[in-house]
Amino acid sequence: MGFLDIDNTTKSYGAVEVLHKVDISVEEGKFLVLVGPSGCGKSTLLNMIAGLEDITSGEIRIKDVVMNGVHPSKRNIAMVFQSYALYPNMTVGQNITFGLEMHGTPKAEREKAMHDVAKLLQIEQLLDRKPGALSGGQRQRVAMGRALVRNPDVFLFDEPLSNLDAKLRVDMRTEIKKLHQNLGTTIVYVTHDQIEAMTLSTRIAVMNGGYVQQLGTPQEIYDTPANIFVATFMGSPAMNVVPATVRLANGRPVAEVALHDGSLAELPFSQDNLAAWEGRDILLGIRPETITDEDAADRKSSNIAHLTNRIVVTEPAGSDTFVSMTLGGKDVIARMRSDAEVRPGADFTFAVNMEKAVAFDPASKNRIVP
Amino acid sequence: MSVAMQDTAIRTGRAVRVLIYLFLLLFALFYLLPLYVMLVNSVKPLSEITGGGMMALPEVWTIEPWLKAWSTAQIGVEPTGLKPYFWNSISMVVPAVAISTILGALNGYVLTKWRFRYDTILFGLMLFACFIPFQIVLIPMAAVLGFLGLAGTASGLVLVHVVYGIGFSTLYFRNYYAVFPTELVRAAQIDGASFFKIFWRILLPSSGPIAVVCIIWQFTNIWNDFLFGASFASGDGAPMTVALNNLVQSSTGVKEYNVHFAGAILAALPTLLVYIVAGRYFVRGLMAGSVKG
Repeated sequence: MGFLDIDNTTKSYGAVEVLHKVDISVEEGKFLVLVGPSGCGKSTLLNMIAGLEDITSGEIRIKDVVMNGVHPSKRNIAMVFQSYALYPNMTVGQNITFGLEMHGTPKAEREKAMHDVAKLLQIEQLLDRKPGALSGGQRQRVAMGRALVRNPDVFLFDEPLSNLDAKLRVDMRTEIKKLHQNLGTTIVYVTHDQIEAMTLSTRIAVMNGGYVQQLGTPQEIYDTPANIFVATFMGSPAMNVVPATVRLANGRPVAEVALHDGSLAELPFSQDNLAAWEGRDILLGIRPETITDEDAADRKSSNIAHLTNRIVVTEPAGSDTFVSMTLGGKDVIARMRSDAEVRPGADFTFAVNMEKAVAFDPASKNRIVP
Repeated sequence: MSVAMQDTAIRTGRAVRVLIYLFLLLFALFYLLPLYVMLVNSVKPLSEITGGGMMALPEVWTIEPWLKAWSTAQIGVEPTGLKPYFWNSISMVVPAVAISTILGALNGYVLTKWRFRYDTILFGLMLFACFIPFQIVLIPMAAVLGFLGLAGTASGLVLVHVVYGIGFSTLYFRNYYAVFPTELVRAAQIDGASFFKIFWRILLPSSGPIAVVCIIWQFTNIWNDFLFGASFASGDGAPMTVALNNLVQSSTGVKEYNVHFAGAILAALPTLLVYIVAGRYFVRGLMAGSVKG
């Protein structure tokens, strides 16, 4: 039993099922991120937790109390909306205390709570202003203040940073993380941005097409993705997925991949059980940062393979240089140090950290589990 | 063309410009002509009008016709002037406008923020009210008023106008609220505000522009209505428009055109006033909500 339990929950609109038997459990004080592309059902699920959408079947429990059919205001939750949803006709102070007022909290207490929250979020000087006179970042703070003041069991965030510009988004991300660390509240956070998901969460649920594709810690999701969708959705640039054939070399499995000119290269696996796949095709997943030059290869890795291939394009990005090549007929991106000596059209010897490589079943698209 | 003049897409010389303004002035004068005739003739003695000087300025200025139209003119059989009927209209129009506007706002709120099955069909049906000609509903309405025991009363007339007005007021508010962010309603729900609290505290305070549009529209229509007033109100309970008709159409005695003109202006004054006071918001409100969606 967790603090927030989503138990076998489905959602249908008429005959169309948009969420299929979702099972998620969150411990107290954890930060759960629901991440996925548009239309994957993540916002619907959040609205179901909030009570803004009905639950078709299954149960949602907060602190072991079944929430099905309970009015949103009686669930002891608070929500931060994508558009902030600040009441335009009220001042910042009134916005923050509106929920307390509706719950019949005495005025003196409301004032105190408002000032405490305003101090925490550094918006004290804005209390008498209307939301229309605030900047995006300030509105974001007020929206969070409105959620914080209620002291709820669970915070729900619905893509709260997507309306901010890039720099402010990064600042506010840190801010939210700090807030979570200081207050230790339970948070459910919806986003389509996988970097937000990775940086903020203690647990991630990757969703697609109404299914939870994988539920786990950020590290688990990143290093051992359950399937190709998770592998390519999480991480930027996306994981390279290369068609390969499993062969045996000295009794150990290797991936045979085609280079730019059609000649074959062998990359030894760290996963012994792949020997059972000898002669069969697989999809080899390699993260861009695990393909480097020799000098930058991970010293702790026990399995560095070398691969000489032609460089097609180089894209210097300041801190890194992205190098693309053709492998197994696909474009493959390598993330190199910015001072790596790479030239388009030249042959280069790459070091591939095969310890981090994963293999997928081309039929089911699932990861071949060691 | 001088250098100082702003270089717009349309190039016009000074001569063309003068011509354009001349034309506009001419049209403005033309459209103001009826008002001029009414004003001028309402402040001159009857003899000057019958003497053929309808377009001329009065030789003798008098406010006698105004006073007569207001308090002593023969309306039907009683020499009461328009005064009691003016108050009839006011006491009928104010509640009718208020009730139909509030109901329209509530309808708009429910139709956009508390969606239910077949709500668009229901809205479509309500829109019929905007297109049904008055004449069609006269007899059924009379039957309903008789059934409710409101026939010939001021409340009956208020009911008629409220029912007829809901179509338009719902249309205005629905379209205005359609673009009002639903997330605000959801946030208020989570904050624990009830159905009416959300309406009262969140939606209504943001409805200023469309409320002005709705009030002006309803006020003008209901104040100017003649058919319902003539059909469903009787004798002393008649609204201003019916009384004005009775004043002008009286078949006995001398036709006092100057009194008629003064009476007509008196009848038009409230709507004129509403436009002058709130006209600015009217255009703004039309732009803000009702045209979109």
